[in-house]
Amino acid sequence: MEKLLAWIDDRFPLTKVWEEHLAKYYAPKNFNFWYYFGILSTVVLVLQIVTGIFLTMHYKPDTALAFASVEYIMRDVPWGWLIRYLHSTGASFFFIVVYLHMYRAMLYGSHRKPRELVWLIGVVIFVALMAESFMGYLLPWGNMSYWGAQVIISLFDAIPYVGPVLSEWVRGDFVIADATLNRFFAFHVIAIPLVLVILVFVHIVALHKVGSNNPDGIEIKKKKDANGIPLDGIPFHPYYTVKDIVGVIVFLMVFAAVVFFAPELGGWFLEHDNFVPANILQTPPEIVPLWYFTPYYSILRANTVNFLLIDAKVWGVIFMALSIMVFFFLPWLDRSPVKSIRYRGWIYKTALAFFVVAFVILGYLGTKSPQAIDLMLFPNVYWAQIFTIVYFAFFALMPWYTKLDKTKPVPERVTK
Amino acid sequence: MKNAILILMFATLPGLSLASGGEHVKLDAVKIDLSDKASLQRGARTFVNYCLSCHSASYMRYNRMGEDLGISDELVKENLMFTADKTGELMKAAMTTEDAKKWFGTAPPDLSLIARSRGPEWFYTYMRSFYRDQKSSTGWNNTVFPSVAMPHVLHDLQGLQRAVYRTEKHESVSVKDGKKVKKVTEEKVFDRFEIEKPGSMTMKEYDESMRDLTNFMVYVGEPAKLVRYRIGVAVLVFLAIFFVVAYLLKKEYWKDVH
Repeated sequence: MEKLLAWIDDRFPLTKVWEEHLAKYYAPKNFNFWYYFGILSTVVLVLQIVTGIFLTMHYKPDTALAFASVEYIMRDVPWGWLIRYLHSTGASFFFIVVYLHMYRAMLYGSHRKPRELVWLIGVVIFVALMAESFMGYLLPWGNMSYWGAQVIISLFDAIPYVGPVLSEWVRGDFVIADATLNRFFAFHVIAIPLVLVILVFVHIVALHKVGSNNPDGIEIKKKKDANGIPLDGIPFHPYYTVKDIVGVIVFLMVFAAVVFFAPELGGWFLEHDNFVPANILQTPPEIVPLWYFTPYYSILRANTVNFLLIDAKVWGVIFMALSIMVFFFLPWLDRSPVKSIRYRGWIYKTALAFFVVAFVILGYLGTKSPQAIDLMLFPNVYWAQIFTIVYFAFFALMPWYTKLDKTKPVPERVTK
Repeated sequence: MKNAILILMFATLPGLSLASGGEHVKLDAVKIDLSDKASLQRGARTFVNYCLSCHSASYMRYNRMGEDLGISDELVKENLMFTADKTGELMKAAMTTEDAKKWFGTAPPDLSLIARSRGPEWFYTYMRSFYRDQKSSTGWNNTVFPSVAMPHVLHDLQGLQRAVYRTEKHESVSVKDGKKVKKVTEEKVFDRFEIEKPGSMTMKEYDESMRDLTNFMVYVGEPAKLVRYRIGVAVLVFLAIFFVVAYLLKKEYWKDVH
């Protein structure tokens, strides 16, 4: 066995990789609940790829066959229903864990120096994930698949001059059609997953270069023992591998509860209108994206005023794009001398709380008609405007309020 | 082309409000119990006798239904199959789409997933809400789905219903020239149904029969529902045991940290 390992090590850095990334990768010993969502995102990625492969064996990317092939998977393919529910539930859980993973970074300043690249790669992963799920949602060829894609792709029309040509080029037809379904299938099953896997690999390589942050937001590499091992670090394997197994099991229990007992989750994970085949003559009463897109959808629909010679609709598209792109700037917008929320003052805590509330309410409003009154007093669109401003103010004012904020002294070593 | 789509979208809007119509109708609760095999079997009988002449359940196979509902292939063939030769076939309607368009102006929708797209409450209430309406082309109308193209196929069971309306007065006060002006508007609101001519079933029997049919439609919408909960419990029990083992392992390893 040892001989074999030596033979391999002469030809491939197996022991080196094992040690650098697992057995001798020193992670801070004070990881808390929020530090599970990285490994959970990886677990969901693997789950989506594996279930996706099996779905591809039975799915037909053809407008005449797609809807029926999904029902064929649900009924005639042995365990097909389970594979499909794992995949559809996995899509929603992917966003849940990724949102919480990003929120963790905002709590403990994991995007700050020297981890800016880890964060930037992460935001690219997030954007790729959005493209992946958007295209995947067209594949069942339900009525909401169809109209959702129709609405989102027609956003390109808002771009001056080239817009209509561009959206036609994306669709490959004047409307969402067979050509669109086929290219979305190609992107969904190979192009974007490939990009995602590579990006996740790069994300982890970048992280292991700089080392993990921790809830105290201090660098454990600054305090090392005689052997050059961080005093507050423990080897990822076996400590965090055994700990993560526990986290993964708890996650799987929640996940299984949804898959087996409420795969539609009351229309939040699988929309009722998507159990009707795509119909170009029948627009659903309310075209609503799945829940993970609704905050941005709200921002898209929020602006109703033409200004600076630009149409309100175009501004909507710009604001929506900006609301996602703004995450790229986060590491440089934050000017606080400390990283972790534990040592920040009340201003950042309040700002972050406002941001979370705005995000959740925008998400809720994105599922409702803009003209209806679902919150109180005035129509949804006005509330969406208010919370869009809150959303952007969180980022735009960050350089000032993070500087103003009174911070507490940061400890030398990690706390419990 | 873009304009054509827009026009299409708006042209279909009125049709839409009809299709989703009756949003203000109160839907009746219905008890769904997929473990009630007898109810599912009665529902299947009603479905193949009345619905399947015009509506397909084209994602469902006869033998799968027989297997799930505890009906042998022979019995399925004798009692439940009128439009197919082999039990492995899909449940397709007897009527062709062309004929349907000629007779009703529209093709009856496939019912495989009706309980999933509309919900069991909608289906149950819809099946009990047909009433006589001389103004419609079929002579029938439905409070849940106004101006529906479908006639009341089950009227020999339920009998003939008449919709009874009540007038509701709405008072609104507006201020005009500094004076308060009271305005009273009257609105005709659906109140209840009255049986004009009884059918072969009593009202209670008919409701019970529609409950069976709804139960069956929920099953047809997702046959996996019969096993999904049971497997779910087993998976959760397995994970719970795995959790204990994993947690103890973690505790053992982490003893030496701190």
